[in-house]
Amino acid sequence: MSVKQISVFLENKPGALADLTRTLAENEIDMRAFSLAETSDFGIARIIVDDLYKTTTVLKDAGFIHAVSSVLAVKIPDVPGGLSHVLAILNEENTNVEYMYAFLGAQAGSAYMIFKVAGHHKAAAALTARGIRLVDQEELSEL
Amino acid sequence: MERYYQPEIETASREQIKQWQGERLVKQVRHVWDNVPYYRQKMQEKGLTPDDIKGTEDLHKLPFLSKYDLREAYPYGLMGEPLKNCVRIQSTSGTTGKRVVAFYTQHDIDIWEDCCARAITAAGGTDEDVCQVSYGYGLFTGGPGLNGGSHKVGCLTIPTSSGNTERQIMFIRDLSATILCCTPSYAAYLGETMKEMGLTPDQIPLKAGIFGAEAWSEEMRQDIQKTLGIKAYDIYGLTELSGPGVAFECSAQTGMHINEDHFIPEIIDPQTGEVLPDGEQGELVFTAITKTAFPLLRYRTRDICVLSREKCPCGRTHVKMSKPRGRSDDMLIIRGVNVFPSQIETVLLNQGYPANYQIIVDRVNHTDTLDVQVEMTPEMFTDSVGEIEKRQKELVNGLRAMLGLTAKVTLVAPKSIVRSEGKAVRVIDKRKI
Repeated sequence: MSVKQISVFLENKPGALADLTRTLAENEIDMRAFSLAETSDFGIARIIVDDLYKTTTVLKDAGFIHAVSSVLAVKIPDVPGGLSHVLAILNEENTNVEYMYAFLGAQAGSAYMIFKVAGHHKAAAALTARGIRLVDQEELSEL
Repeated sequence: MERYYQPEIETASREQIKQWQGERLVKQVRHVWDNVPYYRQKMQEKGLTPDDIKGTEDLHKLPFLSKYDLREAYPYGLMGEPLKNCVRIQSTSGTTGKRVVAFYTQHDIDIWEDCCARAITAAGGTDEDVCQVSYGYGLFTGGPGLNGGSHKVGCLTIPTSSGNTERQIMFIRDLSATILCCTPSYAAYLGETMKEMGLTPDQIPLKAGIFGAEAWSEEMRQDIQKTLGIKAYDIYGLTELSGPGVAFECSAQTGMHINEDHFIPEIIDPQTGEVLPDGEQGELVFTAITKTAFPLLRYRTRDICVLSREKCPCGRTHVKMSKPRGRSDDMLIIRGVNVFPSQIETVLLNQGYPANYQIIVDRVNHTDTLDVQVEMTPEMFTDSVGEIEKRQKELVNGLRAMLGLTAKVTLVAPKSIVRSEGKAVRVIDKRKI
């Protein structure tokens, strides 16, 4: 069970991020989750959207370099230790987390985490086996 | 009082110089005809034999040689001596496809070192001086050339080679170096560093510097002279003709005297190849008339400059050339290293990048910077920063291997490099030279 994430290349210059968000806004694309990774030279915006196909088409037409990759979306109880518990399981499985970021759903009491891991399927199975709920694309779109 | 290393040559009458040039040219053409089939064929194509060259007035009849010929004839095709007579090679900074390997007999090296000795003496050097050579040693001609010249003058020579600024400054101070030989940008850098260390010009023992291998402006000269408390002299040369010392500056600092007893200069129209009269700006062409292992006739330097035969207050009678004012090809000189945009393009294409790129050259704190901007492509892009940085690093390494210098690689958004109509603007040189 996984979620599709779109990564977008951003040149390190003023207005690059605003160009992206404006393009998405103009096409009425709703972002579910957003995170930015940056170096001194360039940035990568990672987004999860309500409509994957439409978004990739829009980005392509607007000339943005982008890539789609599979990530794990995990629902975590919004209590102290919630994230730690998930990471402990991944650690036991020797799964390396490449990056992760959090976002809040509309529903109070739960947080969502996006994980990019090496060994996607193995990690998903391990989390499910330990009672951690993974969220799929459909559920995420409805949040 | 002006000092000369070889006064009888450096201040010889114009008639004398002309006579030497005529005799040596005739002999050299015969030598090349007999020993360099590549050039003999070029002469035959023009219907020439050595008998057609009776003196300098016939020089213009001879065919040109260019970088293209050096590439075609690489490595041995332009040699004028059997290998057993050669004792050394030097080479231009690692440039695949455009590499120049020059050969020297011991006599050729003596000529070259004499030329460098003239330059050091013109800068005030004597056997009382301590000469620190901070040009690179190795295949690059800068270090070996000035090192040899310094020996001939009798200076105590400190062969520090380039780099390791702290050690450079330590030797300058501890051994009281009086003459510094390096690139002008490195001299400026040494000056800035010493200034930051709190050293005033009177605490720096240096009195003169001989700086070359890259273009530098009059403003830069003033800067260097002020921070180091020295007189800064320009020197010109190219590996194809031996190395530094083909021409050098005297106390007048108004151009570089060409060592005309070894090299005959001509200024040509780069488009037509026609010889231009003295005083006109054009491409500098050299004929080496004394060196025998790598005897290039009418070699096109691609440097644009002007010759002046005005009487020089220093007493030298050899013609003076201006600083090169540009190039008639697209070669860039970055930190003393020759760089062709086509080399950068080769690396990009080899690594799967598009041919759409831009090279930005600038000078920051007197040091040249090279920034290669490349457009990101869908094939190259991934969601992982580490992966992209790895590819960026591979590109930096590839460029270093090709050019012999470190470039910065900037990934830019697609279509952000301006497409020009017609010839693409590949190079933006922001240096004010």
